[in-house]
Amino acid sequence: MGSMGVPTEYYQLVAALLFTIGLIGVLVRRSALIIFMSIELMLNAVNLSFVAFSRQHGQMDGQIFVFFVMAVAAAEVAVGLAILVAIFRNRETASVDEVHLLKG
Amino acid sequence: MGLTLLWLVPLLPLVGAILNGVLAGTLPRKMVSAIGVGSVGLSLAIAVACFGDLLALPPESRRVTQGLFTWIQSGDFHAEVRYALDPLGAVMMLVVTGVGFLIHVYSTGYMGHEKAYGRYFSYLNLFTFSMLTLVLADNFLLMFLGWEAVGLCSYLLIGFWYQRPAAAEAGKKAFVVNRIGDWGFLLGIFLIFVTFGSVDFATVFTQAPQRLAVGSAVATAIALLLFLGATGKSAQLPLYVWLPDAMEGPTPVSALIHAATMVTAGVYMVARCHIFYLLSPPALQVVAIVGILTALFAATIGLVQNDIKRVLAYSTISQLGYMFVGCGVGAFASGIFHLMTHAFFKALLFLGAGSVIHALSGEQDLWKMGGLKAHLPWTHATFLIATLAIAGVFPFAGFFSKDEILYQAWLRGGPLLWMAGVIGAFMTAFYMFRLYFLTFHGRSRVPQEAKHHLHESPNSMTGPLMILAVLSVIGGFVQVPILAGGQRLDQFLEPVFADAVDLAPAAHAASAAGAEVGLMVISLVVALMGIFVAYKFYVADPELPRRLAEQMRGAYRLVFNKYWVDEIYESFVVQPIYQGSVRLWERFDAAVIDGAVNGVGRQIERGAELLRLAQTGYVQVYALILTLGAVVLIGYLALR
Repeated sequence: MGSMGVPTEYYQLVAALLFTIGLIGVLVRRSALIIFMSIELMLNAVNLSFVAFSRQHGQMDGQIFVFFVMAVAAAEVAVGLAILVAIFRNRETASVDEVHLLKG
Repeated sequence: MGLTLLWLVPLLPLVGAILNGVLAGTLPRKMVSAIGVGSVGLSLAIAVACFGDLLALPPESRRVTQGLFTWIQSGDFHAEVRYALDPLGAVMMLVVTGVGFLIHVYSTGYMGHEKAYGRYFSYLNLFTFSMLTLVLADNFLLMFLGWEAVGLCSYLLIGFWYQRPAAAEAGKKAFVVNRIGDWGFLLGIFLIFVTFGSVDFATVFTQAPQRLAVGSAVATAIALLLFLGATGKSAQLPLYVWLPDAMEGPTPVSALIHAATMVTAGVYMVARCHIFYLLSPPALQVVAIVGILTALFAATIGLVQNDIKRVLAYSTISQLGYMFVGCGVGAFASGIFHLMTHAFFKALLFLGAGSVIHALSGEQDLWKMGGLKAHLPWTHATFLIATLAIAGVFPFAGFFSKDEILYQAWLRGGPLLWMAGVIGAFMTAFYMFRLYFLTFHGRSRVPQEAKHHLHESPNSMTGPLMILAVLSVIGGFVQVPILAGGQRLDQFLEPVFADAVDLAPAAHAASAAGAEVGLMVISLVVALMGIFVAYKFYVADPELPRRLAEQMRGAYRLVFNKYWVDEIYESFVVQPIYQGSVRLWERFDAAVIDGAVNGVGRQIERGAELLRLAQTGYVQVYALILTLGAVVLIGYLALR
């Protein structure tokens, strides 16, 4: 194992750190753009975790999953940004607190 | 040939009813009349052909059935739509189609100015179909269908002028009162099915004497329950109250439904089910007692009524009472004989009254008539014949049939029953001639403006009057007493009642031609006395009735107000039920049922209000809850 360099735990720690930073960003920031970026951070934390496990087990499954996640994330960003632009045009704001028409 | 077409006898009027009902308002009047009258006319022709074929058969095999289709098949229960023709059914069928046809013709004249002409004929045809189904049914269930359907048609036709509150009320009253009787009839059918496992006439009537002992409780219960149905439909005590009010309907309807046919359904039913009554002497006695009490009770009320149709209505109730007296002493054929002659002369009386009302532009008060003899010669002549017939004057139809009942009452019921019958006959002669004299004789009391319109009715109305008058004269000769071979109706009906000959109640007195002639002479004298007294009161000395009424104020008011029976029913039956219903509505329906339904709704609403608090509309709150949920889930999985 020694020849393989950095142990998997380190990768996992970094991934968990990244994920937590992203989560906190989603929960506390008001700007929709920042929230999007935080979500990207969370997704990439998961990707890092996938790749690390893939390397540890010597299997390609994790690598393949990462491709899927990246593709879906790209699509999500495209749709999400389009919605964001539409909201901004209508309401002149990107703050999620001010978009609460669905309140019961 | 005729008998294979038996099913068409009821069906043709049904087709007429459907055509006129569906196309009401679109057909020209001539077409409506053609369909309405034509369907019943054809039905009459086929009925006559069937009757001819039936006569051609030997007496003991004179029962023909014709099944159309299986109506209900459920487990052990089996009921068919099956018509049967036997002598009893044949008599009824001929009366219904014959008198019915004449009244349809009359209606084309009487209802000529009516707006809802198509609706009227549709109802009238539907009634004819229902009544024929009632009398030709081969099982209790089909009979019950007809029984209910005639009740429905009666309701529809009493309330024909539903814009008038009195007519709508009267229709409702008839329906509700009949409901009580129908309830008894239906329970009776249930009991028959439970006892015999069948509702077929043939099965039930042949098994009844074997399965039930004479005087057994089941036989009595069946007989009394069925009789409760008969008291409703045939307006006997205590359920007679709907019939006088039923006079709110058009007069031809009163003639057809409330005099000639439907109200006699109860008599027909008792005669049809005679075996149960003969198996239960107490029930038979109840029939006779209710019959004679009704006959007397209604006759006394008829003495002082001032509405021409109401007098006839009470007279109908009274005459139906006589028919039940006949049945109640076990002389069912006599009851049916009176049913037949009564159909002729009472239909004639009603149609004559209709002609008078028509001539007076709707006036029904006897005290606004008088002296109409000269203006309405045909109506007067035929009305006189009918009045003589109902009063029981020789040789008109009513003489033979009423005397037959009185003779049978003497023979099998005893002198007391006979005596009561004779008193009733006296009152009948009196009130009928009071009606006749007040309408056609004496000084005219017709208001001036109505006098200008006075006219004899058109031929479509006087024609049926004449035919019915002929029948009222010769109708009695189908059953001539004493003469050997004269009792043709008895002989014709004999196979129907043959199964119960040994059960018939024993005669109190020996049958003797001498006694019969003696009784006849007595009742004829009594009838003539009634006529004479009426003449004295209303022609010779018109002030006499008023003086008498003054002198016997209490009795007069009692009778004039119809013994306050309506008021008594109102306060002791209708009001308690009504008030009880109001209580139930307030306490149970509004509080419990509505409370439960509304309560469930309110609780859901309240719960939803709480749940709504979670819906803040802030995306980040949702994200937080999602995260917390994930933490809890992962924590649970990790620490498990």
